[in-house]
Amino acid sequence: MNDRKKVRIASCSLAGCFGCHMSLLDIDERLFDLLDLVEFDRTPLTDIKHCSPCDVGIVEGGVCNAENVHVLKEFRKNCKVLVAMGACAITGGLPAMRNNIDLWDCFQEVYQYEGGLEGGRIPNDPELPLPFDKVHPIYEVVKVDYFLPGCPPPADAIWKFLTDLLAGREPKLDYEQLHYD
Amino acid sequence: MEPCEFPHIGEHLAPIMERHGGDATRLLQILREVQDCFHFIPPEAVSCIASHLKLPRAQVEGVAGFYSFLSLSHQGEYRVLFSDNITDNMLGKPELMQYFCNKLWVEPGKVSEDNLVSVDSTSCTGMCDQGPAALVNGWPLTSLDRNRLDLIAELIRMKKPVAEWPAMLFEVRDNIRRPGMLLGEPFEPGAGIRAMLARGAEATLSEMDVSNLRGRGGAGFKTASKWSFCHAAIAEEEGSMICDVGGNPERFIVCNADEGEPGTFKDRVLLASYADLVFEGMTVGARVIGARKGFLYLRGEYRYLLQPLEAVLARRRAAGLLGENILGETGFAFDVEIRLGAGAYICGEESALIESLEGKRGRPRNRPPFPVTSGYKGRPTVVDNVETFACAARIAEKGGAWFAAMGTAQSTGTKILSISGDCARPGIYEYPFGVTVEEILRDCGAEDAHAVQVSGPSGTLVSWQEYGRRIAFEDLPTAGAFMVFHRQREMFAAAHNFTRFFAHESCGFCTPCRVGTQLQKKIMDKIAGGHGTPADLEELKHLGHILGSMSHCGLGHSAANPVLDTLRKFPGTFERKLKALSFEPAFDLDGALETARKITGRDDEWAHLS
Amino acid sequence: MSKTITIDGKTIPFMDGQTIMDAALAARVYIPHLCHNPEFKPHGSCKLCTVKANGRLVSSCTMPACEGMEVENGTKELNDERRDLVRMLFVEGNHLCPTCEKSGNCQLQAVAYCLGMMSPRYNHFYPQREVDASHPDVFLDRNRCILCELCVRASRDVDGKNVFGLSGRGIGSRLVVNSCSGRLGDSDFAVSDKAAQVCPTGAILIKRQGFKVPIGQRIYDHKTICQVESQGKTGGEEDE
Ligand SMILES: Cc1cc2nc3c(=O)[nH]c(=O)nc-3n(C[C@H](O)[C@H](O)[C@H](O)COP(=O)(O)O)c2cc1C
Ligand code: SF4
Ligand code: SF4
Ligand code: SF4
Ligand code: FES
Repeated sequence: MNDRKKVRIASCSLAGCFGCHMSLLDIDERLFDLLDLVEFDRTPLTDIKHCSPCDVGIVEGGVCNAENVHVLKEFRKNCKVLVAMGACAITGGLPAMRNNIDLWDCFQEVYQYEGGLEGGRIPNDPELPLPFDKVHPIYEVVKVDYFLPGCPPPADAIWKFLTDLLAGREPKLDYEQLHYD
Repeated sequence: MEPCEFPHIGEHLAPIMERHGGDATRLLQILREVQDCFHFIPPEAVSCIASHLKLPRAQVEGVAGFYSFLSLSHQGEYRVLFSDNITDNMLGKPELMQYFCNKLWVEPGKVSEDNLVSVDSTSCTGMCDQGPAALVNGWPLTSLDRNRLDLIAELIRMKKPVAEWPAMLFEVRDNIRRPGMLLGEPFEPGAGIRAMLARGAEATLSEMDVSNLRGRGGAGFKTASKWSFCHAAIAEEEGSMICDVGGNPERFIVCNADEGEPGTFKDRVLLASYADLVFEGMTVGARVIGARKGFLYLRGEYRYLLQPLEAVLARRRAAGLLGENILGETGFAFDVEIRLGAGAYICGEESALIESLEGKRGRPRNRPPFPVTSGYKGRPTVVDNVETFACAARIAEKGGAWFAAMGTAQSTGTKILSISGDCARPGIYEYPFGVTVEEILRDCGAEDAHAVQVSGPSGTLVSWQEYGRRIAFEDLPTAGAFMVFHRQREMFAAAHNFTRFFAHESCGFCTPCRVGTQLQKKIMDKIAGGHGTPADLEELKHLGHILGSMSHCGLGHSAANPVLDTLRKFPGTFERKLKALSFEPAFDLDGALETARKITGRDDEWAHLS
Repeated sequence: MSKTITIDGKTIPFMDGQTIMDAALAARVYIPHLCHNPEFKPHGSCKLCTVKANGRLVSSCTMPACEGMEVENGTKELNDERRDLVRMLFVEGNHLCPTCEKSGNCQLQAVAYCLGMMSPRYNHFYPQREVDASHPDVFLDRNRCILCELCVRASRDVDGKNVFGLSGRGIGSRLVVNSCSGRLGDSDFAVSDKAAQVCPTGAILIKRQGFKVPIGQRIYDHKTICQVESQGKTGGEEDE
């Protein structure tokens, strides 16, 4: 086992809630089995800031702002296989509920009516990622190889998916593992 | 609720409602008149009409929302709709429309602030031989150029009623370039009916059979068979069903004058100058199937023909060619009512047409049953194209063998083509079936033609390598459109225009076409914007397959034809537009940040995406 | 009952006047469908029930069965196309299943699971659609409406009320309500209407029922729609 080259995996959360990553941790003791097979690159677990060449990239969350695009493109460039994990990455998910609201109304509600830190002004700090008109699923921005639906995908689904993928099988979920909610 | 804008609407509507009686099948006609009156259909009018016709309000709203010449929101007092066919575009429509909008300070698709004018595009108005064309409050404007648009803008600013505009703006020429047995030979009104009465209805059906006339509306179904199916349906019923007062169960004959296929305008000319031939054919058909009532379903774009056609009908009634005891034959009664459409290509599909005649949303019915057994009001109905009826009149007059001697074995008679696009002499050409594309191109003065769109967007794209092909049901079937493209034209633009047409005209009933035509259009927009990739071409092919196989009616089935034909015959026109990359985002990333840039006032490096 | 058709090779009896779908439902053979409900007149709009009958693609809910007809239903080709139709229905509306009370009981979702839809694949339209909460007992959320017109038919043909209708055209088609304001609360709609019970999706939802059945215990959580439907309404019986 040890002399086999480990599969390098990166993951990130864009416009998501980290729920999918929490669900990944829910595979519990199987994490140790997983760690036998894989090593982690940039993930919320490792504190590596940029993604380097990897075998698999797993993206949680949709694309809601310019920074998401930079991260997503970096993943696409570095990962041989890119996986959209969870409802947000696949449909926009909960963040896409704002797609029915005018962006101007969003800003006003957040910064002007609520007062807040900026004293009623809309911030124009270049450090802040600029939001898109609408939230989009990641496959509308880069090519995506696999989809793992669920909000979040159940731990068993993630396990089944990853073990299939690592074994070189076409990932296939059982009926009860396929959920959009 | 908002305060009522038209509290006394009932009084305004009373004369309209009275004219149409309480007849719910006239709902569309009523809505057209209300639109003319108010320049939109006020919500109060919807309620008022509903209660008058005893229809659910939602149904009236449903019909008003379906047709593009009706509007549930305010439109300008002057509504100018530019014909968006590819031929109008090739004649400069986009620039002219922008010029006109600038002059009147109005954005395309919007209403000016003073509610005076709105400007938008509409599907082909059937004036391709004298484009660019437009409609103002439903009346056709032809041969538009900057001078004419200056004048029109001035008339609008002066609030001059359209009825008082100079007649030359509305001049529509026939442009008959090559007449044949339909257009070239004199016809004496009544000759066909007289010959039929002498021969008998049954024998006339045999003549129709011998003539081997096939429908001119596109599908090419043998007309005699359709008529005898209708006959059979009636015979079957008569055995079992209660008959109406006349002794016959009701049945109907319908002339399909919807002519919505872009690039087609031959029915326009037949109705403008050969209406007797058309009504004569309907009367012959009526005798054969035993119908007492006929309809002419006239596309809204041709409303300018309504009064002249009514005049022809009146003349025919006076001459004893319509009405009771036609030509003295006791019990032979038939009359024609003209009903107008209101901007919906789908209403050319026969079952959608029947729905529309009944005053409903124009959505194609499930089949079976077919109209010949269950059509208008559930009664046996024959629907035929304008030109088909014109042929039928000639056959009644001169016999089936005479007709069958023209054309080819499988495609007898002549075909009227409406020729437009890159040629010296656009207009109407009548040929015996079997003529080659090459001959036609020579006749109309098309030099260096690269391709021809035969039978409109739902037809076939013929490339320069195929000019030996023949106009005939066995090779190139056509409803009449023949649009020529010069070598320097970008064929992608034509395909793009046609996908826009289908997306606009899908009735929305079935999933594959409602959504698929939109997806197709979005991909074509993306490619046109320079963001297409080879993956998008694969997606187009895939969508084409779903549209073709899963759609409910002919519109969806053929909605991908232009894209698929162009991909096959002119792949270069797509490839030149593609990015070498394998993937491009579905939307304009930088453009999608524009709103946020405006709100925050930012324009720094991080506020942009390349 | 002498006349028969075959569906994927299996012989199935039918009576004159029955459609392919009628015969299939009676024999508990599942043909995917969304706009069909045997209690109402067939509609033929979703096209999920498309089958190949004697080599021709037809909508099984509207096509009359005829003696000896050979029907292909469960082929990969058909299911691939059906999956694409389901995807189209997802992207043309706003289907955020995690926020939807119908999740787990939703036929659109169930058909998508059954056909193994892993992603909507097409680009989302994210249309602006109206939510109507004006009625005391019922929500109408057009974001989830798939225009199947089951509510239209139920209200018209069973309730005799015509509460619903369709307006607009093409992609602009939308469900409208029969009241001057256009709001459900101003119509004569009642929670006891048949039309309140027939929506295959979460577009028509009865208020104050939220999460009565927990997620995980809903109709399609453990059984596919194919299994549920092939067991029939009475349930429990084994399929030959
Ligand atoms: C989307 C669609 C549009 C059509 N438009 C027309 C039309 O404008 N005029 C016409 O005569 N037939 C049209 N047709 C064909 C009619 O459905 C029908 O076949 C025809 O009117 C029959 O007449 P015919 O046998 O004389 O050709 C259309 C069909 C489809 C599917
Ligand atoms: S194919 Fe298009 S036009 Fe025909 S019924 Fe379907 S949606 Fe309507
Ligand atoms: S209606 Fe069905 S598919 Fe749509 S959001 Fe609700 S559960 Fe999901
Ligand atoms: S509200 Fe429900 S039942 Fe009515 S048309 Fe929409 S999806 Fe169908
Ligand atoms: S179930 Fe037959 S078309 Fe919808």
